[in-house]
Amino acid sequence: MTQPTNATRPTDKNPPRTTSTRPAHPASAADSQQELLRVRDLVVRFPGRRGRSTTVIDGVTFDLAARETLSLVGESGSGKTTIGRAILGLAPVTEGTITFCGETISNISRAARRRVARDVQVVFQDPYSSLNPAMTVGDILVEPLAAAGVEGGRARIRELLDAVGLPADAATRYSREFSGGQRQRVAIARALALDPAVIVCDEPTSALDVTTQARVLRLLKDIQQSTGVAYLFISHDLGVVNSISDRIAVLHRGRIVEVGDAHQVSTAPRHDYTRRLQMAAPVADPKKQRERRELRAALLSAAEEEADAPPMAQH
Amino acid sequence: MTAGPAAEATLTQPPARRRVIVQLLRNPQGALCLAFLLLVVVVAATSPWLAPTGPTTTQLSASNAPPFTGGHLLGGDSAGRDILSRLMWGSRQTVMACLIILGVSVVVGVASGLVAGFYRGRFETAAGFASDVVMALPGIVLLIALYALTGPNIPVAMTVFGLLIAPTYYRLVRNVVLGVRNELYVDAARVAGLADLRIVGRHVLWAVRAPVIIQSSFVLAAGIGIEAGVSFLGLGDPATASWGTVLQNSFDGIYNNRWGVLWPALAISLTILALILLGNALSDVLQSSARSRTLTPRARRAALAAAQQEDAGRRSAPAGSPDDIVLSVRALRIAYPSADGEIREVVHGVDLDVRRGEIHGLVGESGSGKSQIAFATLGILPREALILGGSVLLDGEDLLADESKMRAARGRRIAYVPQEPMSNLDPSFTIGKQLSYGLRAVTSLDAGEAREQLVGLLDRVGIKDPERVMELYPHEISGGMAQRVLICGAVASGADLIVADEPTTALDVTVQAEVLELLRELSRDRGLAMILVTHNLGVVADLCSTVSVMKEGHIVERADVETIFEAPQQAYTQELLSSSRSVELMEI
Repeated sequence: MTQPTNATRPTDKNPPRTTSTRPAHPASAADSQQELLRVRDLVVRFPGRRGRSTTVIDGVTFDLAARETLSLVGESGSGKTTIGRAILGLAPVTEGTITFCGETISNISRAARRRVARDVQVVFQDPYSSLNPAMTVGDILVEPLAAAGVEGGRARIRELLDAVGLPADAATRYSREFSGGQRQRVAIARALALDPAVIVCDEPTSALDVTTQARVLRLLKDIQQSTGVAYLFISHDLGVVNSISDRIAVLHRGRIVEVGDAHQVSTAPRHDYTRRLQMAAPVADPKKQRERRELRAALLSAAEEEADAPPMAQH
Repeated sequence: MTAGPAAEATLTQPPARRRVIVQLLRNPQGALCLAFLLLVVVVAATSPWLAPTGPTTTQLSASNAPPFTGGHLLGGDSAGRDILSRLMWGSRQTVMACLIILGVSVVVGVASGLVAGFYRGRFETAAGFASDVVMALPGIVLLIALYALTGPNIPVAMTVFGLLIAPTYYRLVRNVVLGVRNELYVDAARVAGLADLRIVGRHVLWAVRAPVIIQSSFVLAAGIGIEAGVSFLGLGDPATASWGTVLQNSFDGIYNNRWGVLWPALAISLTILALILLGNALSDVLQSSARSRTLTPRARRAALAAAQQEDAGRRSAPAGSPDDIVLSVRALRIAYPSADGEIREVVHGVDLDVRRGEIHGLVGESGSGKSQIAFATLGILPREALILGGSVLLDGEDLLADESKMRAARGRRIAYVPQEPMSNLDPSFTIGKQLSYGLRAVTSLDAGEAREQLVGLLDRVGIKDPERVMELYPHEISGGMAQRVLICGAVASGADLIVADEPTTALDVTVQAEVLELLRELSRDRGLAMILVTHNLGVVADLCSTVSVMKEGHIVERADVETIFEAPQQAYTQELLSSSRSVELMEI
């Protein structure tokens, strides 16, 4: 297994860091279309009790291009988080392949996985358990830099804290002294530390309240604009996803039922399941919400009638 | 780059952080124990120079001398050796034995526990078996058997004892590591590209540090007892002094010199006592999560008196027309003591009326005090919370003033639907057991009636096959089902008011929509009043009839739901609305 060839990586980093061993590349229009991450026929099974296994992901295929935000939406149990974990090497890949810039990154050795760390990073859902309470923010941020052998850590930390809108003196504080939104900013800074090409955002805002949620989403967008990072954004809320995505893939029981342009999927969904998901997200307007509620009820009863029609369908 | 507004970018003052050792020294018990143990170590290190005589120097005149005679402070033993000197020399052997036991057991136990917990697999199976076998071995008997092999050799005996005690560390460390390896910060470290050794060193070792240190002081105490016991049985080297051999010699001559036994016994028991008390003090310091402290009764009274004086000037608005009001909160003030001893008020005199059939939304950001109000109406504020004033009136009776009235109302008249459905179900009982236990606590139904009623209600809250679900354990049902079960429990007793604290935040949108539908139906069918605490304005728009917007412990705006969303008066409400609308689907 060879290291992903960074030369093919389409990124433009504002001022190229001398500390990085990676050459910086100016982005071009053609580059932005190039796919970074390619997931083919991904199957994830977890061993269950008495030899039976549960198939969590059942043949999922998608691509993620540079500078793009692709969202995976679905209800809990749909497997959206597992796909993210499989890409990060935290969940086993039973079948299928995941490639990054043409190099396979599924089922690779721990040592090879550590090299992928430079390019594929993560922001987890829970900003409370994703930061070690015993470490200062500075230590948390220096960790990926030290692991990658990058020098000049302290200056980089100031840069990172500035990028996520935290004051420079945050580096000496412990993460437990911060609020949920601030902690999530620290987690985003940690993900940015190595200038990754892809960040997997696993419901990064669902633990935050609404004003903080809007701020963190805006921050993620700003970062994408200045660094050209691609996001694989995982959420159960079609509303949140619509505000940040270029494309949306809707996941239901381990399969993608619909994938397409973000605007189309969230406003004119083709699949019934997407329609139900769309109607489930409540809006902050009592009148519209009432209409949506009625629409959703109509959809559900239609779906039930359909299910009832052929008597063989139930088992 | 847009930074968050000032509210988010500014940091609160860090709570005072003190090093563990400083905290330990401020704890009188810890300081005293530490001082005594330090004394033992100093004596052990300096006994060659400080001891009045050598360990084996005999002086015939001193044989069986009582204490305080002829320059022998603690008297002499039957062979005429100075007891004080022998004890001082003996402490060397005690300290050495302790170090051997500690070194061997920590190295073996912690290392194997780390590997077994972090990698699991075959090593864990083998190590678990080995530790079970070792723990089943009778230690003292094994040491006596060893004597036949090695002769009087305390270092070897202590090494073996260290191995025997290693499983206690193994089990402790493995269990802690099993918990830590699933933490997201360990996953994050993996993704960041850290090697396993670094992850263990940085993240896992830190988590096991405190329990290992605490365990160590107890292991040391056991070690001193074992070393003394082994020497007392005569398995130590008779040529070298130790607390155990001194005890044995004095014990043999107890009819000639009664006092001789006292000194070694005191040395042994005081040291063991110091170690055990130090262990307790350490666990207080290392494992306390006390960020906020409970006030002393006197400070509590002082704070209450000050608050009453402040309140005397102002009168809160009287409750509205009493006939349809279920619950009325008047001028409620809640405060918490902060780490620096100040009293921080989080709810500043809030008024709230809930009418029959009304779903009253309490909206605000985290930290606005909305949950505090909900907890106060249920009487489930944390112990350190301080109610500075105000009342919670149910049918004109103040629940805050009379704890027994609160107890009578809670569960019967006022029910609670929590945020985290899973953590509010006891994992060791079936759904049916928990529900009927709760129901029978507040009604006079017998088991059969309760069950019958609950099955009907479970069906009502949308659970298919309620008979089967009654027999399931909480881990066998989904989060959405768990929330339905809790809602069923809340309405089972026929409460008038439900306090729901972020009831759908932990659920995904699909389940959220279903739970909201259920709450709406229950409120309509049963005329239930509801206080719905949430930060999600979509949920408010969906369910609530009246909305109170909270900010920093005040209600800044209150209106019916249409008015709040169509013509919000306050800038803060407008800000909340625009944040909310920026992340939602407005298209239909």
